[in-house]
Amino acid sequence: MSKFAIMAEYETPAEIMAAAKKVHAAGYQKWDVHSPFPIHGMDDVMGLDNAKVGYFTFFGGLTGFTIGMTMQWFMNKFDYDLVVGGKPLFSGFFAFPVSYELTILLGAFGSLIGMFVLNRLPRHHHPLLANERFADVTDDKFYVVIECEDDRYEEQATRALLENTHAVHIEMVEDAQ
Amino acid sequence: MSLEAGQPVVQTTTPKELVREPLVLNNRSLGWITNQVVGIIEGDMPKWWNIAFGVSFVLMLMSFGYIGYLVTTGVGVWGLNHPVAWGWAIVNFVFWIGIGHAGTLISAILFLLRQKWRTSVNRTAEAMTIFAVICAGIFPGIHVGRIWLAWWLFPLPNANAIWPQFRSPLLWDVFAVSTYFTVSLLFWYMGLIPDLATIRDRLRKNAGQCKTGLGKMINKLKQFLYGLFSMGWIGSNRHWRNYEKAYLLLAGLSTPLVLSVHSIVSFDFAVSQLPGWHTTIFPPYFVAGAVFSGFGMVLTLMIPMRTIFNLEEIITVRHLELMCKVIMATGTIVGYAYGMEFFIAWYGGNPYELYAFKNRAFGPYWWAYWIMISCNVISPQLFWFKWCRRTPWFIFVVSIFVNIGMWFERFVIVVTSLHRDYLPSSWGYYSPTQVDILTFVGTFGLFMVMFLLFIRYLPTITIFEVKAVTPQADPHTVEGGADKVKGGDY
Repeated sequence: MSKFAIMAEYETPAEIMAAAKKVHAAGYQKWDVHSPFPIHGMDDVMGLDNAKVGYFTFFGGLTGFTIGMTMQWFMNKFDYDLVVGGKPLFSGFFAFPVSYELTILLGAFGSLIGMFVLNRLPRHHHPLLANERFADVTDDKFYVVIECEDDRYEEQATRALLENTHAVHIEMVEDAQ
Repeated sequence: MSLEAGQPVVQTTTPKELVREPLVLNNRSLGWITNQVVGIIEGDMPKWWNIAFGVSFVLMLMSFGYIGYLVTTGVGVWGLNHPVAWGWAIVNFVFWIGIGHAGTLISAILFLLRQKWRTSVNRTAEAMTIFAVICAGIFPGIHVGRIWLAWWLFPLPNANAIWPQFRSPLLWDVFAVSTYFTVSLLFWYMGLIPDLATIRDRLRKNAGQCKTGLGKMINKLKQFLYGLFSMGWIGSNRHWRNYEKAYLLLAGLSTPLVLSVHSIVSFDFAVSQLPGWHTTIFPPYFVAGAVFSGFGMVLTLMIPMRTIFNLEEIITVRHLELMCKVIMATGTIVGYAYGMEFFIAWYGGNPYELYAFKNRAFGPYWWAYWIMISCNVISPQLFWFKWCRRTPWFIFVVSIFVNIGMWFERFVIVVTSLHRDYLPSSWGYYSPTQVDILTFVGTFGLFMVMFLLFIRYLPTITIFEVKAVTPQADPHTVEGGADKVKGGDY
């Protein structure tokens, strides 16, 4: 059993926001804020840049559109040219609705999968999930967690930093593995 | 206050301060919201749940039975005949798929428009979307006659080496509806992840209270399942950042999707050459009608639900009022479309078109047309009155009318346009058979079975989103703790 992180509990978003600002100012890298809902403005306080999910969406959508157009050209013009009502065998106009739907379909899959990939989820063995007190994170409590692996982490100093905030409880989180 | 000479009048009058009604009444805490919503799943279901489930289940089986009869006997068991070859199956398909549109409008379009009130209603509305699309999907599948060949709809290689014909809007519809179902499901599931984590954590906290061995086993099993589907969510802000971006992107994708789905459904009709169907107004008119009918169904489901499960403080009268306004707006658009169709039928100078519309209103199906007009055009206009918008039982009654009216709209479009072909020798009168009627009635059973299971096992309110719109979630309010930290601390 090893130490994973130090965890501080807060009761309101304003208090954890103030704490997050201090932790960020102290220069920590491997730390996080946990809350029951996304707190507006927290990304700026933590110094996080824009999320990269959009790239996944874009490439999903592009793939969908390409598949849609290629599939219809291949099926109705190239592989088995089917004449219906004297209409052209392939045209971007009649092929558009299906390609449009496939753009959205694969774009949506791209967004969801991108979110999971960037978040490294699913992860069912996170040390915080085993912590009894942390279970309130999905209810009404807020937590700052600073990992022991962070370069600036020092047991006394980090604890002192967190004690200097509005934390109502501070404890070490063990890693069972 | 006396006016002094030379003083501008404006300074002496202050506008009346309009107080915005809160989204969650009585300034409830974050924990209260969790308890109230998850409490529904944790507690025993009321007795009516079992009764409703039983009735719905029987209706569902009846529908499946009639579908079995149809498949084993042939489409002759339906009332279809020349010239009306599209009857209730297509009417029901368009009806159900339209219902779904309110869910996507609430979850995607209102999200993009930053309408915070959507948070209390979006989960239920999205669930309704998914279940309605499932009910809709049955009908095109079974109406093809030889149901075992329904897979020819999909671009799969078959023994005849022929591919689907992509110039047909019916095939576009296959892609539109299957995409719509899949994307709605992804969107819904994504919204569920943090809430499933809430249930998982509560199960863990409550595990000690389980006395019996069976209770412990059920708790373990539930922890496993809710845990599995919550993907190990830990509410990390680094996760929320990607999550919110993905949610925004999905909303951005669902918006053009929902507009395209009913547009493409309308192409099934509009791309044909038939008077009564061949009109360019169909796509916007169908989309508005779909949203209109969907909100009708949302209110039909939500008004009893909020009362039975004590959710009146989360789904407030204000929420109902806002939905009534959407109904009124879309109902008015639909009314305009009905009028415009008639105008163009006359102005366009096409005698067949004009005949089709005269026949619609005053021909043998006049009764269906006027049911449609009274339910869709007249009944939503009642919502101009504030009392009508804020009285739940009254809204419930109107919402039922909206559901009926929108079913009749599709009936009118499909049947009245078909039943009198160009030659009087090809005229007929279509009536449904018992099989038609009871198959459709049974799909309500299927819908309710799914909806009741949803109420029992999943959070009916998006817990994390409702929390996020309360003052307790805003770091700049007293409820959010702003007075406890020094000013300018962040």
